[in-house]
Amino acid sequence: MKNSPSLDEQLEMHRKMVIVRRLEERLGELHKAGRTRGPIHRCDGQEAVGIGATAVLGTSDFVTSTHRGHAHYIGKGVDIRGVTAEILGRATGTCGGRAGHMLIGDRDNGMIGGNAIVGGSIPAATGMALSIQVRGTADVAMCFFGDGAAQTGICHESMNMAGLWKLPVVFILEHNQFGLTVHHTVQSPVADLSIRAAGYAMPAEIVDGNDTVAMYRAVATAVERARRGEGPTLIEAKTYRMQGFSTSDMGGYQSDADLAEWNRRDPIQVSRRGLADAVSAERLDQIEAGAVAEVDAAVEEALAAPLPTFELFTRSSPYATAPEAV
Amino acid sequence: MAMMRYAEALNQALREEMQRDSSVFLFGEDIGRYGGVFKVTKGLMDEFGESRVRDTPISEQALAAMAVTASMTGTRPVLEIMYADFMPLVLDALINQASIYEYLWQNVTMPFVLRTQGGGGAGAGAQHSKSLDSLVAHIPGIKVVAPVTPADAKGLLKSAIRDSQPVIFLEHKLLYNLRDEVSDDPELLVPIGKAKTVREGTDVSIFATSRMVLESQKAAELLAQDGISAEVIDLRTLRPLDLDAITASIARTHHAVVVNEGWRFCGYAAELSATIMDFAFDNLDAPVARVTLPDMPVPYAEPLELSVLPNAARIADAARATLK
Ligand SMILES: Cc1ncc(C[n+]2csc(CCOP(=O)(O)OP(=O)(O)O)c2C)c(N)n1
Ligand SMILES: [Mg+2]
Repeated sequence: MKNSPSLDEQLEMHRKMVIVRRLEERLGELHKAGRTRGPIHRCDGQEAVGIGATAVLGTSDFVTSTHRGHAHYIGKGVDIRGVTAEILGRATGTCGGRAGHMLIGDRDNGMIGGNAIVGGSIPAATGMALSIQVRGTADVAMCFFGDGAAQTGICHESMNMAGLWKLPVVFILEHNQFGLTVHHTVQSPVADLSIRAAGYAMPAEIVDGNDTVAMYRAVATAVERARRGEGPTLIEAKTYRMQGFSTSDMGGYQSDADLAEWNRRDPIQVSRRGLADAVSAERLDQIEAGAVAEVDAAVEEALAAPLPTFELFTRSSPYATAPEAV
Repeated sequence: MAMMRYAEALNQALREEMQRDSSVFLFGEDIGRYGGVFKVTKGLMDEFGESRVRDTPISEQALAAMAVTASMTGTRPVLEIMYADFMPLVLDALINQASIYEYLWQNVTMPFVLRTQGGGGAGAGAQHSKSLDSLVAHIPGIKVVAPVTPADAKGLLKSAIRDSQPVIFLEHKLLYNLRDEVSDDPELLVPIGKAKTVREGTDVSIFATSRMVLESQKAAELLAQDGISAEVIDLRTLRPLDLDAITASIARTHHAVVVNEGWRFCGYAAELSATIMDFAFDNLDAPVARVTLPDMPVPYAEPLELSVLPNAARIADAARATLK
């Protein structure tokens, strides 16, 4: 089928999903043990959205992310060791411990970046697409945003301009059913937010967000369209958040029935089933064990790494804009 | 009197005012079913229903502008903005809407309250840890309060809801679990615009609000060990300032330290310092000292974040420096 991932690509998506899942699980354990700092937003159950969508991109394409960006970071090629160390606030983190897990940015890999102002990723990617259009390259900008973020005013403003100017941006609406604790039915009168795309003259597609292959296919079509200069696409990936909103979530609003239903559609299991004919179970086990070991090593390395030390900026730093630099 | 957490004191204030006045209603993100991410509105949707306690979409810009006009037309909305870091999204409603109509149209009032919480120390990173007091205290026609004790939180929130002008109510994420005695008298209000002396002293006056009052009290302890007698004034209201309390204290101590968790340049501490210069210059024996966040984002990692937040040691150092 056109735009289908190769077997190698499919295996790589599988491996990366296991990396993200293992990372989330380890962070959950570390949080319980009091070894993390601040709220951490896990994406268990949603890995296929970020991993499947970014698998289509090259290094020079851009990605903007949210407060729940671990799959986006790993998908776009940010080093797992740097990401892990950053989340654990270490000097060896991608951003030296300055950013924390919500705000990781890695310019060299085109991940710029996590954004914890809900909706912020949408104009961010749109602006990068504007830059691409002005410079006339064939790159694309990819925007991850949630069903909650879709209700911000800035979402409308950005999509209108993207449609109006045919900007090379792919909007990935990661519809996990909740904005923080509030169910989507309390946030929007329509269930399928992609119907809005018509108002921006852009095509839209609803995709099974728990299936990396489905994500890959839909996004590949959208990316090709953007590279051809035909403008933006909205992909609405239906998925579900299996863990709390963050590690500080007090729970009580997700139904057991929903959790059980979505657990049956776990993206890693969906991927395994999809690979079953082509690849032996032993080979998949081996790939998964390798991914787990890689994350565990990254966690151990980060925990052993030094904490950053504070240095007050000097007069030449961009923050020394006041008469007295303290 | 009852012992309760800061968050519970706020909850009680909201409940009492909603019982007293049916035009009071609450809206904001996750405040209904879930009871707010800091649980300030817990149980209120069950008690007052979904019309008066509304979960909203993530739409701060519209919500704030709606609070302005809902208050203009017969209700007393209390809007929760989850983090002070999102205040930039609502500034248009405050600066270009709420701030102008009482002057232009004269016969309108805007009795709304915007509650939010800011501040660092929780490892929440550069977009969830800021104190942006000066952004809101800058706006004419809008009152700004920032209580530190549960009792003041309750009394000031009740005053804010009954006030006929817009009031920005600044909470701090590290204060919600603070416990203290709170009155259960539903008519006990704490007036807006009145400071409180939380420690008397004769050598230097320390002015602060919100969590910085606690750090200032600790600083006063440190200074006492050196034989320095520091007076700590909890301003409680950032706008309008209690000028009488400020000038009276400086008339006694002749030295002033101003503390604010926000940025230094054009910050709230700068305004306080200038105000002191305007009204108490003759009584000052030394320049006013400012203790603030450095002009930079709040970093995530613990040693970085703790290095930038104002604390007791830095406040004490500043006080000692003014006395040199
Ligand atoms: C402007 C803004 N408003 C509110 C918040 C608080 N907040 C953080 S995440 C979130 C929910 C976001 O929902 P969604 O976009 O669906 O992302 P999800 O958490 O489901 O991944 C909210 C309300 C914020 N960070 N920024
Ligand atoms: Mg969501």
